[in-house]
Amino acid sequence: MRVTHIVLGLALTAASGMATAQAEDSIYIPLLTYRTGPFAGSGIPLANGLHDYLTMLNERDGGVGGVKLNVEECETGYDTKKGVECYEAVKGKGPVIMSPWSTGITLQLIPKASVDKIPILSLGYGLSASAVGDDFPWIFNPPATYWDGLSMIFKYIGGKVGGLDKLRGKTIGYIFFEGGYGREPIPLLEQFAKDYGFQVKMYPVAVQDMQNQSAQWLSVRRDRPDWMLMWGWGAMNPTAVKEAVRISFPMDHFIGIWYSGSEDDLRPSGRDARGYLALNINRIGANFPAIQDIVKYVVDKGLSQAPKEKVGENYYNRGVYNSVLTAEAIRNAQRITGKKVVTGEDVRRGLETLNMTEARWKELGLPEFANALTGVTCTDHNGHESAYMQQWDGAKWTVASDWISPMKERVRPMLEAAAKDYVSKDPAWPKRTEPCDKSS
Amino acid sequence: MFYRETGQFKTSYAAEAAVFPILQDRIGIAIVLAGAFFVVPLTFSDFWISAVLIPILVYSLAAIGLNVLTGYAGQVSLGSGGFMGVGAYACYKLTTIFPGVNIIVLIVASGFAAAAFGALFGLPSLRIKGFYLAVATLAAQFFLSWCFVRVPWLYNYNVSGAIEVPTRTILGVAVTGPNATPTTRYLVVLAVVVAMTWAASNVVRGRIGRMWMAVRDMDIAAELIGIRLFRTKLLAFAVSSFYCGVAGAMMVFLWFGAAEADSFNIDLSFRILFMVIIGGLGSLIGAFFGAALISGLPIVLRSVPDAFGVPIRAATVEHIQFMVVGALIIFFLAVEPAGLARLWQIGKQKLRVWPFPY
Repeated sequence: MRVTHIVLGLALTAASGMATAQAEDSIYIPLLTYRTGPFAGSGIPLANGLHDYLTMLNERDGGVGGVKLNVEECETGYDTKKGVECYEAVKGKGPVIMSPWSTGITLQLIPKASVDKIPILSLGYGLSASAVGDDFPWIFNPPATYWDGLSMIFKYIGGKVGGLDKLRGKTIGYIFFEGGYGREPIPLLEQFAKDYGFQVKMYPVAVQDMQNQSAQWLSVRRDRPDWMLMWGWGAMNPTAVKEAVRISFPMDHFIGIWYSGSEDDLRPSGRDARGYLALNINRIGANFPAIQDIVKYVVDKGLSQAPKEKVGENYYNRGVYNSVLTAEAIRNAQRITGKKVVTGEDVRRGLETLNMTEARWKELGLPEFANALTGVTCTDHNGHESAYMQQWDGAKWTVASDWISPMKERVRPMLEAAAKDYVSKDPAWPKRTEPCDKSS
Repeated sequence: MFYRETGQFKTSYAAEAAVFPILQDRIGIAIVLAGAFFVVPLTFSDFWISAVLIPILVYSLAAIGLNVLTGYAGQVSLGSGGFMGVGAYACYKLTTIFPGVNIIVLIVASGFAAAAFGALFGLPSLRIKGFYLAVATLAAQFFLSWCFVRVPWLYNYNVSGAIEVPTRTILGVAVTGPNATPTTRYLVVLAVVVAMTWAASNVVRGRIGRMWMAVRDMDIAAELIGIRLFRTKLLAFAVSSFYCGVAGAMMVFLWFGAAEADSFNIDLSFRILFMVIIGGLGSLIGAFFGAALISGLPIVLRSVPDAFGVPIRAATVEHIQFMVVGALIIFFLAVEPAGLARLWQIGKQKLRVWPFPY
């Protein structure tokens, strides 16, 4: 009973403390980050990018539209259970947007979002089918789904081998994180295999085996696939690259998705990994006015946890990308509603009216930082925008292709079917009642 | 002084055999139950109910399950995570096949699926003991984890491989799914846990429990006095897995809301085992103590700096929390190797003779 008392006491003090932490004249943005655990390698630069851009807005402009952003991190460790705990912990403080940064956590939050009126922004990850805004009014996954990404990879391969029909009889290996994330693209991959007549070999990597992939790569050596595709994250990426080098797999036939291409993933293998390819949705480097502002207002003032030389790396910029969309959505919401302090419901409308033209990126001090993102509408919560291929030259990433557009005409019908399937499984799934705003 | 049973005479066998023979204990448990059923739902915030109390209750039930097997019957098992998974997946399949059936009935029914698997994987216990049995149950854990990933029928061929909990209502009130309020879910979990704890306390004190303890203490001797090992051990496995299965079903349906195969990995088995060891082998209240320490304390610790307005970074809090919980576990085990339940008992004994200790 004594333990119960202690817990009770702590509970009451914490509960009272939470209520006072809320400020009226700021916009609360919780960041679900992971700086610990086996995914910290990918999570730390992301967390820094997410945090630093929003802090820069606070320091430089006094927030968004004159309202300070109250930014707070909650550590998830990429663990679904802890992620949901974080969600429950911050829910009461009126968050206007959440980015879970884990497909597993996103899947858990999808049904909660419409109930709690908190929009979820999953930047190029999460449930591909949530791109269908009619069924998932509260979930956004711009700029492209994993299925788009897979189709872009195939477009790139097609360009290299002289047409996708040349893939007939070939073998394509797919090494993936054995969880919601890695399994997402499989339906489309199997569809492509049927259409183009190649054979797929699957190499799942369980989370506890991320740093020990010798079994998978032994099979790769036996199967000799012509191309290897990877959906990896965290400690899985550097290990896979190292193993590929060890079995002398031709690195320029090894392609990762946009979450398998950070500098830290490739550095351990260094020059040996020359030629490795990865899709990317954002440019790399610190030579953008806005990122220079981050250095000036945040990093130099000691407000960031990022060492200066890491600013501008791939996942740092990915975090910045996410925060740019967050800030833009808030800005849109303020414009639509005329309110200064917006709520989750307003920001949902702000996300549906996102219109990131090239000119807008330039205005934000991020010229050509990412492809224009103009396709997000009420029905399309994704945009299906292009990505480009980057290649490791032994020490840094180089741009290896133009912007590649996805095969939207193939992906979209599959997405709609998947959304219908998801919704049909729960008869109580709410019908969309949210009205649609006109994009500016 | 206050906690003394002087003058409380027992005049019947029923009074002698009561679960709480001392009046003060009966008052205490009544206060705790009243608090849990009435005060908590009315005063606690949603966060505390859904992120601290529901997990503690669910883990407690799983720990009781493992305690039946390891603490009472003496069979070490590392498969409890897998058996929880069996309960969860069984409940998911049942509710998608029979959407109209009361979800609480299905949660309890899914315990039987877990019990069947538990009895099946308990078969090796008839020939092997101790660490060797632990390894055999490890095989169950890995086999079941493998099934949850590789048998798509279990998750209804869902692309993401996850099971998502649909909304189910009882008398018009949403009990599962996103529309269920934390308070509703908490009350359902609490009711199930209280009922099943009461059942367990009667089972372990009765004929069956005594058979288990006889087998635990020396199985050859138990056999000689006429206890059939085959039945007794398998019954322990079945009952233990039943509890774990119900806990697993509640974990997904009333706590997570959705789950992947990875939720039921070997880590979960170890967590439950640690709860049992730290709480105290062969004690039901120990299961609650162990669950509170291993599952609840980290969450409470995490919000401590926040509550006092100390600006510590989220990742640092995480590291500190790991260190503090680790140190506490070592501290409690060093002070009392028999677990928190024994500490509780010593405390009670001291209270009885206070203020004149002898």
